[in-house]
Amino acid sequence: MAAQLLFFYFGGVTIAGAIVAVTSRNIVYSALSLLVAFIHIAGIYVLLNAEFIAAVQILVYAGAILVLYLFVLMLFNPSEEKLYLHKQAKVGIFLGVVVLFMMLFAGYKTEIIGKGGPLTAQAVKEMGHTRVIGNALFTDYLFPFEVASLILLVAMFGAIVLAGRGVHRKKGPAGRIDLSYRDKLPKKSSETPEEVIVGR
Amino acid sequence: MELGITILVTVLQIAAVLGVVLTHVAYLTYAERKILSDMQDRLGPMEVGPHGLLQPLADGLKLFFKEDIIPAGANKIIFSAAPILVLVPALIGFAVVPFGRDSLQIGAIEITPYITDINIGLLYILAFSSLGAYGILLGGWASNSKYSLLGGLRSAAQVISYELPLGLALVGPILLSESLSLTDMTVAQGGGIWRWFIVSQPVAFVIYMICAIAETNRLPFDLPEAESELVAGFFTEYSGMRFSFFFLAEYANMILVSCIAVVAFLGGWQAPLPALEFIPPIVWFLAKVYFLLFFYIWLRATVPRLRFDQLMAFGWKVMLPIALVNVLLTSIVKYFLNQWAEK
Amino acid sequence: MIGNSPPINYIPIFIFIAVSLAFGIGTLVLSYFVQVRVNDPEKLSTYECGSEPISDARNPFPARYYIIAMLFVIFDVEVAFLYPWAVVFNKIGLFGLIEMIIFIALFLVAYVYAWKKGGLEWD
Repeated sequence: MAAQLLFFYFGGVTIAGAIVAVTSRNIVYSALSLLVAFIHIAGIYVLLNAEFIAAVQILVYAGAILVLYLFVLMLFNPSEEKLYLHKQAKVGIFLGVVVLFMMLFAGYKTEIIGKGGPLTAQAVKEMGHTRVIGNALFTDYLFPFEVASLILLVAMFGAIVLAGRGVHRKKGPAGRIDLSYRDKLPKKSSETPEEVIVGR
Repeated sequence: MELGITILVTVLQIAAVLGVVLTHVAYLTYAERKILSDMQDRLGPMEVGPHGLLQPLADGLKLFFKEDIIPAGANKIIFSAAPILVLVPALIGFAVVPFGRDSLQIGAIEITPYITDINIGLLYILAFSSLGAYGILLGGWASNSKYSLLGGLRSAAQVISYELPLGLALVGPILLSESLSLTDMTVAQGGGIWRWFIVSQPVAFVIYMICAIAETNRLPFDLPEAESELVAGFFTEYSGMRFSFFFLAEYANMILVSCIAVVAFLGGWQAPLPALEFIPPIVWFLAKVYFLLFFYIWLRATVPRLRFDQLMAFGWKVMLPIALVNVLLTSIVKYFLNQWAEK
Repeated sequence: MIGNSPPINYIPIFIFIAVSLAFGIGTLVLSYFVQVRVNDPEKLSTYECGSEPISDARNPFPARYYIIAMLFVIFDVEVAFLYPWAVVFNKIGLFGLIEMIIFIALFLVAYVYAWKKGGLEWD
């Protein structure tokens, strides 16, 4: 009973967080509500005794990917969005509905519900979820594991190539300070020596 | 009914742990000031109470009654949420730290020396401490001040960079104890000082300590709040209670990383020699934590601050490869030791 | 499915998170009610060494931070794979060791590539 209540709490907050994330006008709020959603998804994993996945959910999604998002958001200096729904919203909603139906169909076809392997929730709990994952990953799912490492390698190449422009930025002569911003400053009193404005 | 009692006991335990941690935070600031002033040949706080012992209390009260300024250009919601986002991850890590060996039995109620023991204890702490970067980043951004934004960015970049070697350094003790539970890890180091993981994993210990200092933004890695260049870093615009939360979080994090270091490398509550087991385990635990905290303060008094590019290069080009090689070597040696033991 | 084996060990953690959140918010609210507030525009203005603040503080910053964050995401996922491996190391024996050596070798390739391409430089 208590577990059911917790499930509805976690599920409800996850959905609410996700909705705020896509509808908020301020993208930093979107990122924060996504954080809330991620943490509550971890809560659902815990309820399913999938504690390792729960920890990785927080470690990777909340602790790494969303931090990257935040860096990007701040890089582009977010201001309040004028538009509530963008042009892409229609496409997004359409794709979302399609994916939802695909998932429902897959769930209906594969009869996940009611089917049990040797690793029931009870067994996972007794053995410890990390051990179960480790055993499965490094014996039965050896190939997918190595493929995953290859995918990560490709992701790394992609990241570096994407960032290429930033990496190969031309360096100015050492010690030269770009003073062009001075032209943009409003002219104050003419007596002020320029050295004072620049700094040293 | 029984569930009610269990929850009541848990809540009391949580209150006790929080109380102890917050008291330690308060007196850690005092200890830091006193030790620093001793090392610099001055007296430090002396006015409030005998030898300034009530100074933390006075500081706390002052901050509590002080005006909380929200600067004009700041984003109010995020500006207020950021200190909480920093404080909560720093506090909840203590839920899985085993402070002692024996449970206290009162009638039918068993009070364990930890709040809970979960299979993924270490990962839980790592996961939540990775959330600390948000408060720093968002606090710096929300203030709408150049110092804050720069400090927040630098700090977040530093925290994420040092998280990798920190996580890798902890793989060593996990390999040796074959568990992520902090209790199992402590038990695996029983029997004497030579069984502690610091003996078999000295490199990992050094990496862990360096990264832990960087993660907590302490000297010599306190670039984000480098007074001489960034005023106070990401909390330049903060005042009053919100400021004190950043402060609390920093010191609570210091205690937390020391606790993890003690559990993962220094045998937790285990006595260094079997002959010394008559001293209660919790005393050993506290003694080790205090030693590490003293070490932190000592470092602050001794080592100068790094430059930011040096700091990032050190994390990515020195710590990360060493930590990786350490994991590889440990696993290979362990494999051959296992083979040898079987013969 | 959920009711069969509830994660009892985690209930204290849920409570702990709730308590520390309540502590944080509660202290802020309490402090809000007892403090004296006198506002004046000078006090509320952004700190900039005493001079008038110029322009918005939220300037675009170097792309380098973004690159570091991207590298961090990738390496973080790789490190996450090491934990289940370390826990079952004794069980999976030589097989697991070789698997992980290959994995770490690929990790190193990515790392060396990032280094050579200047992804780790900070100027």
